[in-house]
Amino acid sequence: MSLNPLLLTIAFPLAGVVVMLLLKAKWKNAIRWTALLTSLVTFGLSLWMLSQFNSASPDLQFEINQAWFSLGGNPIGFHIGVDGISILMVLLTTFLTPLAILSTWKAVDEKVKSFMAFFLLLEVGMLGVFLSLDMVLFYIFWEFTLIPMYFLIGLWGGERRVYAAVKFFLYTMAGSVLMLAGILWIGLQYGSFNLTQLVGSGMIPAAAQLWLFGAFGLAFAIKVPMFPLHSWLPDAHTEAPTAGSVILAGVLLKMGAYGFLRFNLPLFPDASIQFAPWMAGLAVVGIIYGALVAYRQKDVKKLVAYSSISHLGFVVLGIFALNLQGLQGAILQMVNHGLSTGALFLVVGMLYERRHTRLLENFGGLWKVVPVMGTLALITMLSSVGLPGLNGFVGEFTILLGAFGSEAIGSPWFAGVATLGVILAAVYLFHMFQKLFLGPVIHEENQKLKDVSVREILILAPILLLAFWIGLYPKPFFMLMAPAVEKLTTIIQSAALLAQ
Amino acid sequence: MESGLTFNLVPWVVFLPLIGLSINLLFGRKFGESFSGTVASLATGLAFVVSVILAVALANHPEGVTVPLADWITIGSLTVRWAFRVDTLSVVMMLVVSGVGTLIHIYSIGYMHNDVRHNGDEGRYTRFFVFLNLFIAAMMILVSADNFLMMFVGWEGVGLCSYLLIGFWFEKGKNGTGNSEAAKKAFIANRIGDFGLLIAMFLIFVNFGSFEFDAVFSQAAAITADKPGVMLAITLFMLLGVTGKSAQLPLYVWLPDAMAGPTPVSALIHAATMVTAGVYLMTRSAAFYMLVPNAQSVVMWVGAATALFAATIAVAQYDIKKVLAYSTISQLGFMVAAVGMGATVAGMFHLITHAFFKGLLFLAAGSVIQGVERGMHHGDHGTDPQDMRQMGGIRKQMPVTFWVYLIGALALSGIAPLAGFFSKDEILAAAWTSQPGIFIVLALAAFMTAFYMGRQLVMVFFGDARSEAAKGATESKLVVTLPLMILAGLSVLGGLLNLPGLHTLEHWLEHTLGKVEPAHFVWLVAGISLVLALLGLGLGWMIYSRKNEKPFVDPLKKALGPLFTGMENKWWVDELYAAVILNPYKAFAHFMAEPVDLGVIDRIGGGLAAGTRAMAEGLRKLENGYIRTYGLLMLLGLTAILTWLFLH
Amino acid sequence: MIPIAYPLSLAAILFIIGIIGFLLRKNAIVIFMCLELMFNAANLVFITFSNYYQLIDGQVFVVFVMTVAAAEVAVGLALMVAIFRTKHSIDIDQMNSLKG
Repeated sequence: MSLNPLLLTIAFPLAGVVVMLLLKAKWKNAIRWTALLTSLVTFGLSLWMLSQFNSASPDLQFEINQAWFSLGGNPIGFHIGVDGISILMVLLTTFLTPLAILSTWKAVDEKVKSFMAFFLLLEVGMLGVFLSLDMVLFYIFWEFTLIPMYFLIGLWGGERRVYAAVKFFLYTMAGSVLMLAGILWIGLQYGSFNLTQLVGSGMIPAAAQLWLFGAFGLAFAIKVPMFPLHSWLPDAHTEAPTAGSVILAGVLLKMGAYGFLRFNLPLFPDASIQFAPWMAGLAVVGIIYGALVAYRQKDVKKLVAYSSISHLGFVVLGIFALNLQGLQGAILQMVNHGLSTGALFLVVGMLYERRHTRLLENFGGLWKVVPVMGTLALITMLSSVGLPGLNGFVGEFTILLGAFGSEAIGSPWFAGVATLGVILAAVYLFHMFQKLFLGPVIHEENQKLKDVSVREILILAPILLLAFWIGLYPKPFFMLMAPAVEKLTTIIQSAALLAQ
Repeated sequence: MESGLTFNLVPWVVFLPLIGLSINLLFGRKFGESFSGTVASLATGLAFVVSVILAVALANHPEGVTVPLADWITIGSLTVRWAFRVDTLSVVMMLVVSGVGTLIHIYSIGYMHNDVRHNGDEGRYTRFFVFLNLFIAAMMILVSADNFLMMFVGWEGVGLCSYLLIGFWFEKGKNGTGNSEAAKKAFIANRIGDFGLLIAMFLIFVNFGSFEFDAVFSQAAAITADKPGVMLAITLFMLLGVTGKSAQLPLYVWLPDAMAGPTPVSALIHAATMVTAGVYLMTRSAAFYMLVPNAQSVVMWVGAATALFAATIAVAQYDIKKVLAYSTISQLGFMVAAVGMGATVAGMFHLITHAFFKGLLFLAAGSVIQGVERGMHHGDHGTDPQDMRQMGGIRKQMPVTFWVYLIGALALSGIAPLAGFFSKDEILAAAWTSQPGIFIVLALAAFMTAFYMGRQLVMVFFGDARSEAAKGATESKLVVTLPLMILAGLSVLGGLLNLPGLHTLEHWLEHTLGKVEPAHFVWLVAGISLVLALLGLGLGWMIYSRKNEKPFVDPLKKALGPLFTGMENKWWVDELYAAVILNPYKAFAHFMAEPVDLGVIDRIGGGLAAGTRAMAEGLRKLENGYIRTYGLLMLLGLTAILTWLFLH
Repeated sequence: MIPIAYPLSLAAILFIIGIIGFLLRKNAIVIFMCLELMFNAANLVFITFSNYYQLIDGQVFVVFVMTVAAAEVAVGLALMVAIFRTKHSIDIDQMNSLKG
């Protein structure tokens, strides 16, 4: 067997963990470097995968299907593969992980070894989620990500870390139990756990699709999270260590949206069409609600957490527009949100490292004290606010455009109200920037803050460069996902035609 | 194909300022003030040169071209390019932006030198020029875009620059947060407008299938016949965008506060260029508005109402820049009204001349302010260098500034043969022939314009100095006054652009806007407007030149009573918005954040957890630790199972 | 051959005596003995049916049960001794520290 880029990408972090286990716990720097190098090589491997990837093809590539065990006579395999949608998620994961590790250099000084090991295991789990093509395997990876994240929050988090970790765990578990039932039902009833066999086969009748959509959808909706299933998110985001928040916002939330794209849409197209207005409605409520609540937060991290609810609302709205613009915009926005919100959390983390507080009232006027950090934070904030020329705009605009003309949603009012979210985003983000960086320096402690170090610039610069790239020339990203998305829309359209 | 190559220069109007700002970003602080200022001015100046070259090339090929640069967004049927449009309209805007922009850059070299020292942070000198170049780049994108979406990039880009520059001294202002609050207010008010523009763009794409100007406007007639409601919606949502950017009713409130920015910013962004973007957009989309008469009347009434409303407020302001700010809103109202009446050329004409004389007035006001600042004793915090009540008699100390200010004020008031006379007259003439109601409103606004300019001239330059600072004011340096003199020259000669009978601008623009009925020069209207202007100036002179006591009490206060109080307090619009929109929004957000989110939604999960716990509490009572109980339960269970089995 | 009802009735009686003893007595040793009684009742049923159907399985099972029972008694008695050492009593009504 020739070298499979997928297998290497997904397995390499494990190799890093093994190496790390051999190191003594007190060799903190060696452990940090091992983790960083491992994640960098993983990123390199995923780039290699990208270079081998045929972006003109809508099919799954580098497929591996190794039989594993069987359930009710149906084989379950270690079945992985990548297409235009998942490759972006894989790249996002491998891109953010080294940056997140780099951000812990100073912030995590206790139990470094276990922290890094959990972090790399988390990366394996996330990659597995994005690459799995077997439903049972997907479920295993899906649940597996919970374990390292649970410990990352619970052991290295803030004051209420245990509460937040348990809440995070239970909410996600509650959703995925129903998904497990759905997976078993599909596998035993329709004779396969293999996504490639099930998708487009028309095996699942429309009536069964309805409740299966609900079973899968609940798990994904909690993960996204959609209103009103979001209340685990502010706590988890706030209590997690910076790197954890970055990955949580950057990648873990995307797993929910990705689940909709990988399972709900292709497996249950009829139900998707039927539920589209409802999902869009919830998404719009989430957009407005998240923006309103974010505005009134006193804790910066909470503010950013609620802004995630608003931003992910756009993603879900785009997905359930069920047309090319909406879907491609949504996928791009998943990447965008990973970058912008990840960067926002990094900035907040840098402030926290300096001042050990996250309350807005403890800051103010910092642009004068730390001008470089202020400028970086400004660009980050603008990318999150969706300023044209930066990444957020391209995603939001295409989503709204898709939703505005969407037949599945059926009314431009959804997109119209969602567009109000663009105003509200400016309200809460400019409010945040003003409270942190503008106005006079009111606290004496803030006078002597140190500006960003080279390491911190190295963390933020790649993200911001990518933000400009996507904002000014998103074509390569759209080209990469276009064939796979077109395939998805074809499935949905043929279902719509059959239904008529 | 020589001109084709020339047209390919157009991306440089954006690239040059970007290069300028990059150089300043990297090296500006190292090489000092004169370096940053020169680089930035040079970048803008070169952009002006490119614009001139384009204009010359366009004279031979007036039909214009589109210069594509790269693909931007391509999804299915959606194709948006980075493409520049060179036509007579866009080049006129480029010339204004880069021309006035260059002068203001040069002026800023001197002005900011003092300003950063006055405000106590010399390090921000370079930052100012970076922002200024960024603004020029964004504005160039706005005016040279070939499609709505790229235009929107510039549209929001200039909004960002406006935000950054209003909040340039972000630690100053009322309570230390006044300036940053003003900046935020400007951005959010603009975003409300942008919301309208976004919806308009969605409607355009859904109905026209494209964002490109040519493709869209060529279908306008067909779509109007097919779906008149859609066209009405598009034009009105677009108008919402215009009211945000061009500071019209009801979204104008940000512009007066925007005066918190350094004065060159007020001149460049909040008078000469950015705020006219709305007028440009409507002129560009004239093909839409012509087809929807209902939208046209809404537009013209919004414009006319704004013109009069803002003029009334300007009459009762004491801050030298606030007067000019409300005057700007008022003049923008004239332009919007003109475009609404279909007199797009008149609107554009007024846009250009207004850029000259309002830019001039702001810059001259900046010169006055710094003159007064120089006159302030060290440690004098009692004097507000922008308060006209503390000025007076400055013409003696600052003769150059006085003369250019006088020219600007006369041009704004509409005294023949200065630039403002011709452009304003063209708008009034258009109203005279078609919309008598609009004519009356605009004429009244024109009269008030002359009145408040007369008031301002007297309060600032005539009489005796009312404060020590005003007495000690000194004239500005040449780098400041030279741009003023050039702009004064333009304000005098600007009328030549579209002289009645010649209609140069009209013929130039008709290649883009289509054949517009040439505006007739109506002697009666010209007479009326001139008389009104003279009357206004004279009245201002009469009322205010007699006043010289300290402290200054406005003589109108007694004469007009509560009316004046209303004007003085800006008709309490800010307070109204705070009561009707801002505070309810805050309260609602708070309601959502605390009672709803923490009180209800968070409790659902917590409630499930508590329920589980309560159930467990109940069940654990069964586990009492006595082996006897367990045995009994086992027996009962066994019996139950066996019974069930037997019965089946 | 005696009718199958006889040994089965005997087993039932033994089992019921075992249950009653288990539920009513306090002394842990007696409870153990009652348990053994129940085991043996079950063994008797195994043997009866093994004989009735002429199958060896039942008798094999009895051997297993007896082994396990013996082991269990050994562990149980050891526990009793340990408990008696700390509590000086083997009254099971005093042993409820494993309550929920």
